[in-house]
Amino acid sequence: MAYCGCMGDNASVGSKIAISKGVNRHRHDWRELGIRVLVPAAGVIAALLVSALFLILLRANPIAAYAAMVRGAVGSTFGLTQTLVKMTPLLLVGLGICIAFRAKCINIGGRGQMIAGALLTASFALRFGHLPPVVLLPMMIVLGFVGGAVWGFVPGFLKARFAVNEILTTIMMNSIALQLMNMLLQGALMDPAGIEAGTFLAQSARLPDAGRLARIVPRTLLHSGLFIALVMAVVVYVFLWRTTLGYRIRAVGLNPQASRYAGIKVPAYQALSLTLAGGLAGIAGAVEIMGVHYRLLEGFTSGYGFTGIVAALLGWLHPLGLIPASLFFGGLLIGADTMQRAVQVPSALVNAILGLVVLFVSASTVWTQRLIQRFRSQETAHE
Amino acid sequence: MSELLSANVLTGMLNTMLTLATPLLFAALGETFSQRSGVVNLGVDGIMLLSAFGAFYVVLTNGSLFLGLVVAMLIGIAMGAAMSFVSVTMKAEQGVSGIGLQMFGLGMSSLLFKVMVGTVKTVQGFPRVRIPLLAEIPFLGPILFNNNVLVYIAFALVPICWYVLERTTIGLAIKAVGQNPAAADSRGINVDLVRYGSVCFGAMLAGMAGAAISISTVNLFQDNLTAGQGFIAVALVYFGGWTPVGVMFGALLFSVANSLQLWLQVLGVNVPAGLANMLPYILTIVVLTISVSRGKAPAALNRPFLRGEN
Repeated sequence: MAYCGCMGDNASVGSKIAISKGVNRHRHDWRELGIRVLVPAAGVIAALLVSALFLILLRANPIAAYAAMVRGAVGSTFGLTQTLVKMTPLLLVGLGICIAFRAKCINIGGRGQMIAGALLTASFALRFGHLPPVVLLPMMIVLGFVGGAVWGFVPGFLKARFAVNEILTTIMMNSIALQLMNMLLQGALMDPAGIEAGTFLAQSARLPDAGRLARIVPRTLLHSGLFIALVMAVVVYVFLWRTTLGYRIRAVGLNPQASRYAGIKVPAYQALSLTLAGGLAGIAGAVEIMGVHYRLLEGFTSGYGFTGIVAALLGWLHPLGLIPASLFFGGLLIGADTMQRAVQVPSALVNAILGLVVLFVSASTVWTQRLIQRFRSQETAHE
Repeated sequence: MSELLSANVLTGMLNTMLTLATPLLFAALGETFSQRSGVVNLGVDGIMLLSAFGAFYVVLTNGSLFLGLVVAMLIGIAMGAAMSFVSVTMKAEQGVSGIGLQMFGLGMSSLLFKVMVGTVKTVQGFPRVRIPLLAEIPFLGPILFNNNVLVYIAFALVPICWYVLERTTIGLAIKAVGQNPAAADSRGINVDLVRYGSVCFGAMLAGMAGAAISISTVNLFQDNLTAGQGFIAVALVYFGGWTPVGVMFGALLFSVANSLQLWLQVLGVNVPAGLANMLPYILTIVVLTISVSRGKAPAALNRPFLRGEN
């Protein structure tokens, strides 16, 4: 295995090695990091400025609106815990998107994968609630992974075997999962209590106590799922940068052609990356119902699938970069609710802001690359 | 089941099918132009949403259907210009920027709806226009010649789009840019300009697609009105092999499934709703899988053009 890894090392990154093996590598590492942070940050600021313009057009004071946002997200203990609650699924979904992106696959299926994971988790917990927590909790997380992984595998397989565009299939898988969940919540999984009371709410029965994640801060929603997400971030980092499998996934994304010549089965690794991406989003789904809602219910994914993409992009598609990025967007989601109350602007504004962030950040990628190239060539010239 | 086969029901069903196919057809024809020039615009759904709201709002306040349609088209062009700037000038990853555009359209249309309208309201949409004489043709007449004006426009666009793509210099330029931008560039074709034009034209049609929902089919606006139809339209372009006629058959196939489901509900035939709702999406995946193997995609699809690097 190690030998194969070396083969991949030399062949797949071939052309890049000449650049990156500069003797003074670490001297410009800091400048590179600076560019990688500052250019996307400028994208976010630009998106916020454009949105400020919209706020003015809607006759709302943008300064008051943004101030309310910050206050809501970090201004109180409760706000801060809420931000962390939102951060948890964003980080997990984002990690998956990050793995997929590294293999040049765009995973828009976070939502469907979350649903598939949560569906499996909830069905299992409702059937086997009598199991002790030591068994039940890990089982639920693993099943969340499995459910999401299945949902990610389908687009991955279709891409690998038939070259079907994964963007479209993951979007379609979202809709299928959503309809499947709605169908089950109105049928087999519907809360018997709701049927008895005649409310017929589209939600499952409550999860057994043994299947719930502990709350970290009393009287808040903050649950231990946050630690699961943070641990997964480290796991994904180690996986991508310290294992052969992860190395190949990155090689496939960096240079598919060279990887193919090096004997790496490109489609197989792309399918794998989408499956893993689905699995991580599935864990997000499981954790969300185990820690926040204690039941499966309609709309529990509330936009994490798409926001996770934005977080992944802004975290430079790096598992550790995702931690601050998902914290930021968690805060944005929470802050939007406060803003809605404070200046009467619907929190739907957040979606528009997120869209603008994606547009600006993706537009700025070329600049980031050009700037980095320029610094690198300057360094080479000095030598 | 015998009712299902009666002539009246069949006429109604096929007529509904044309109405349902119209927004898909507009959007997919537009996306065909965009993709033939090498740009995948995944923001179609977002464009449809914002245009649908624009058209709806104009009709709600001003009452002019024509003005509503024009506004929808203008919103489409503006969003197309934004998409072109990001993906053609700035060479961004098209899949990502398209998703950004979609999120923006989704958020903005919902925001504006909540601020400017607030509650669900309906408008008087485009009326049915019976074409004299032709509508009298037994069976086919009431299906084909008793529709609103947008349905006629959408289907009339099919041969027009075909003609433009296959028989004009503009069409040749679009295809050249999508097939081999470097060669097109060396022949003096302005690659970026052609892509801007194709994406904006496509986005304008996406705008009409939005109007075809909000002021001609359901005649109202609500959050996420399109329910992902824009993405299905993108898939239809693959299915249709990047040709206007292929795209039209795709749109018809999809809407026949949908219209069948609607009429079955009307007739009280018991189909599990969840299963019926899943069907179009499963169908899209199947159709994508089948159609990709035909492999007629423009060679430079999804690739930004950088002079001297392609």
